[in-house]
Amino acid sequence: MALMEKFKKSEFYKSIFRHSYQDTQRNRALQIVDNVFLHLHPVRVPRHATNIGFTWGMGGITFLLFLVLTITGVILMFYYRPTAQFAYEDMKYLMNDVPFGPLMRNMHRWAAHAMVLTVMLHMFRVFLTGSYKPPRQFNWMVGVILLVLTLLLSFSGYLLPWDQLAIWAVTVGTNMARATPLLGHEGPFGPELGMRINNDVRFVLLGGTEVGPPTLLRFYVGHCIFLPLIAAIFMAVHFWRVRKDGGISGPESRKNF
Amino acid sequence: MQQILQIITKPDNIPIVLLLVSVIFFSWFAWTKGRKNDAQEVPDEATMDDKVQVWPYLVRVEFLATIAVMAVLVLWSVFLDAPLEEPANRALTPNPSKAPWYFLGLQELLVYFDPWIAGVVLPTLIIVGLMAIPYIDINEKGNGYYTFRHRKFAILTFSFGFLILWVALIVLGTFMRGPGWNFFWPWEKWDPHYVAVLTNVDLSEMFGIPTRLPDNSINPASFMFGAVLVLGYYTIGPAYWIWKRNTDLMKKLGLVRYAIISFLLLSMGGVVIKIILRLVPTAFGINPVKYVWVTPWFNI
Repeated sequence: MALMEKFKKSEFYKSIFRHSYQDTQRNRALQIVDNVFLHLHPVRVPRHATNIGFTWGMGGITFLLFLVLTITGVILMFYYRPTAQFAYEDMKYLMNDVPFGPLMRNMHRWAAHAMVLTVMLHMFRVFLTGSYKPPRQFNWMVGVILLVLTLLLSFSGYLLPWDQLAIWAVTVGTNMARATPLLGHEGPFGPELGMRINNDVRFVLLGGTEVGPPTLLRFYVGHCIFLPLIAAIFMAVHFWRVRKDGGISGPESRKNF
Repeated sequence: MQQILQIITKPDNIPIVLLLVSVIFFSWFAWTKGRKNDAQEVPDEATMDDKVQVWPYLVRVEFLATIAVMAVLVLWSVFLDAPLEEPANRALTPNPSKAPWYFLGLQELLVYFDPWIAGVVLPTLIIVGLMAIPYIDINEKGNGYYTFRHRKFAILTFSFGFLILWVALIVLGTFMRGPGWNFFWPWEKWDPHYVAVLTNVDLSEMFGIPTRLPDNSINPASFMFGAVLVLGYYTIGPAYWIWKRNTDLMKKLGLVRYAIISFLLLSMGGVVIKIILRLVPTAFGINPVKYVWVTPWFNI
């Protein structure tokens, strides 16, 4: 024990932990502001903001699921090649021969579904508590963009297993792009503007006239790099604005009633 | 019955069951809290405005929630495998071909609308409409607490859009649309050889105006009929403005806000009307409506 005490007084220990763990108001505050992860929070919040009945915890759970998806996703990338030749075989290998491969893939899949669900519920809660009202209007817009990014992330990941489920779900989804007004070759005024099957917006999306190997590569890069980066940027803005707009929403004060 | 159990227990469909259960639970939960607040002078949230320290009072909630979520996720992943079907094969189209579950509401709308509306215009309107909400809802009350009394219109409109037009259509699209996107009741078996006898007619044809002339060009009378109906429907907005423009609410809203609100609401109502025009006539033995307005460039 004496050794522990001595260690705690050493320069090495003090360079890592800036304050003692004794339960004081000051230490509780330092615990938040001295920690890069926890300092996302303010030091103090109104009591209703800690009440799960008020927030449902859905925004936080969505962020947690995003982190889970990032970690499991990176692990999956070690075993997956985004080419029509190898993608499906890599999936089989992952599901049958890689230690903990199925667990990683299942967690990625189910966390992705769960994230779509929690994003919707988060939005529902924010609406029902009127939390988009001033001064939080802009953050609601950022939230809608994050909702769209979540759906796009999930949709682009849907193609990667390169099985029947993947290719046909994405075929059904991307077929809608043919009908885009002005920009699709089957959309209103599309043909009039010179849209053909090999130059319209769907062609850009798929990298071809049908869901094929170029689509797989496009969706892979979008799913693993482009969309997560964009989502991370919008998330940073979203969280920062929550703080700047006064923290978790709530009635201004009881004097207003 | 066997069939519906099979579909519900398909691993990829579990999120929809979760969605249904959680949406019903949270709607009830928020409703209870709102009604309780409405009955009180001061909402519960306003009486909980004393400050507490984040360490430990918020951090411990987050910590426990993290453990719970991770536990559920790991168990879910241990016991249920993510689906991996046969290798991708462009020559073999599954019937029914379905989009991922969260897009099935939009896919269901394809029954009632052409793809450019169901697949492009409506999703765009949903996103733009959602983003517009904070700027068109000028009701200052109900900011930061559960209530129904203070924002009846906003809550009813949003709940209708989310619960009926989004969640219910997803459930319908997943559980009741079988081969050929035909409708099957939960107790019916999905029969791939089932052929639905459907004779869709255009709305003008119900009034004796043929859509096309004998040379297959579009009948100007039918074109005008549809134009008057569709454009007339959207003039409800301006008409209501002219009628009510001197009321306090309209003055507070202003023309731009009002124009956006009325356009979004009429579009949402239009979706409902088109669904009704398609589903209800069959119940009376009349042919369902395909298009309200047929033009050489697009059909509505």
